[in-house]
Amino acid sequence: MQLIPCPWCGPREEAEFHYGGQAHLAYPEDPAALSDEDWAKFLFFRENPSGPHPERWSHSAGCRRWFNAVRDTRTHDLLAVYRLDEPKPVIP
Amino acid sequence: MTRTPGADLPDHPDFLWNDPEPKKAYDVVVVGGGGHGLATAYYLAKVHGITNIAVLEKGWLAGGNMARNTTIIRSNYLWDESSGIYEHSLKLWEGLEEDLGYPILFSQRGVLNLAHSLQDVRDSVRRVEANKLNGIDAEWVDTDGVKELCPIVNTSPDVRYPVLGATFQPRAGIAKHDYVAWGFARAAHELGVDLIQNCEVTGISTVDGRVTGVETSRGRIAAGKVALCAAGHSSVLAKMVGLELPLVSHPLQALVSELLEPIHPTVVMSNAVHVYVSQAHKGELVMGAGIDSYNGYGQRGSFHIIEQQMSAALELFPVFARAHLLRTWAGIVDVSPDASPIIGLTPVENLFLNCGWGTGGFKATPGVGDVFAATIARGKPHEHAEPFTLDRFTTGALVDEHGAAAVAH
Repeated sequence: MQLIPCPWCGPREEAEFHYGGQAHLAYPEDPAALSDEDWAKFLFFRENPSGPHPERWSHSAGCRRWFNAVRDTRTHDLLAVYRLDEPKPVIP
Repeated sequence: MTRTPGADLPDHPDFLWNDPEPKKAYDVVVVGGGGHGLATAYYLAKVHGITNIAVLEKGWLAGGNMARNTTIIRSNYLWDESSGIYEHSLKLWEGLEEDLGYPILFSQRGVLNLAHSLQDVRDSVRRVEANKLNGIDAEWVDTDGVKELCPIVNTSPDVRYPVLGATFQPRAGIAKHDYVAWGFARAAHELGVDLIQNCEVTGISTVDGRVTGVETSRGRIAAGKVALCAAGHSSVLAKMVGLELPLVSHPLQALVSELLEPIHPTVVMSNAVHVYVSQAHKGELVMGAGIDSYNGYGQRGSFHIIEQQMSAALELFPVFARAHLLRTWAGIVDVSPDASPIIGLTPVENLFLNCGWGTGGFKATPGVGDVFAATIARGKPHEHAEPFTLDRFTTGALVDEHGAAAVAH
């Protein structure tokens, strides 16, 4: 089973974690101003790269805290793990 | 004399198609040599008389999801839009063996979709009535009816999720996925279609918003029209022309047991405990598991998904307890927000899109081949494709089939 390094608890089995999808998505600042296209983008369109992907995880069966990770979607390698208030790390 | 399971399988075929070098230009280039790509090329050639076609496959023919699915064919979806295209497909399945002149072992042994809660029962009965209104064979069977149709299902009330009944579609069933692909490939080849393997598309060329060809690992190929049939890799291809798609690619796993005596007469699916199982002609039990929660392209899934699937399968089918697991694998499925496909035109002229089939694309193979071919040939959506345009995510006209899609995502 894949080990996921929780920034607070260290490496734990992936079954302890809950996946939260693409990271760094901000709720629209002025929702009333959004067009249908903008809403569609916000609600339904996500990055779906074959390669590094910044995403949210929750250690739901552990410390229950959320964090971000950059994972390579081809290999499932976790390239970086960082707190929600930290910027997306640069992956070489 | 009892029939040996698998004795009626045809011999392994000799070469059914040749392995040509790509030409400089084609009228239509189909990207993706799986079931959908091959069927699309076949119907383009057969129905629309367009034979200057290449099907480009980055690996080997039908080696992606066409080789990895659980071969279940049914049309008992909830909404009229879905009924239209899935039932169109099922009708084509019913004549496909004759049409292709090739055995595909299509077996209409029926599909049971189990209900385990009062809400399941209500949703299922609603779906049965919706199916009937759309002229699709469907019936509600109670617990005893399930036992009668499939005696090995544990219908005891003493299980965690007791079987309260099921929907049954008698015309549903399974087919042999490899033979389906080979049948389409052979028929397309005979009509003059070039099937080009080991040819990965690395770029899509456009001029003034119109597609002009593709860059590939075997050189540039000019094309009048380009049709994408790349399932899990659709997002990657669309991105080459700056087109964003509302898809997330997940690994979906399946598994087979060793060969067993015939014991399972139908197909059983359960959304709630997440099992779907049939017995292939040779005798192996074919079971589908769930998707991994996170996106991935690795064609490899998590072990705990298999573990959950097996525990649920054992509770429903105690008789499987001593069967050995032979093999597990994963395919990459492109899941759309409403669990319905995206078929049709794109903002790029002459670039056509067929994706978003998620966990249920196999059953649609002939149907989408026919519908997508018509869409490509006419340059406007076929009537069964009209509800499944890309812009439904902007207009809000979603076709929510999460309930009938059978794999939770």
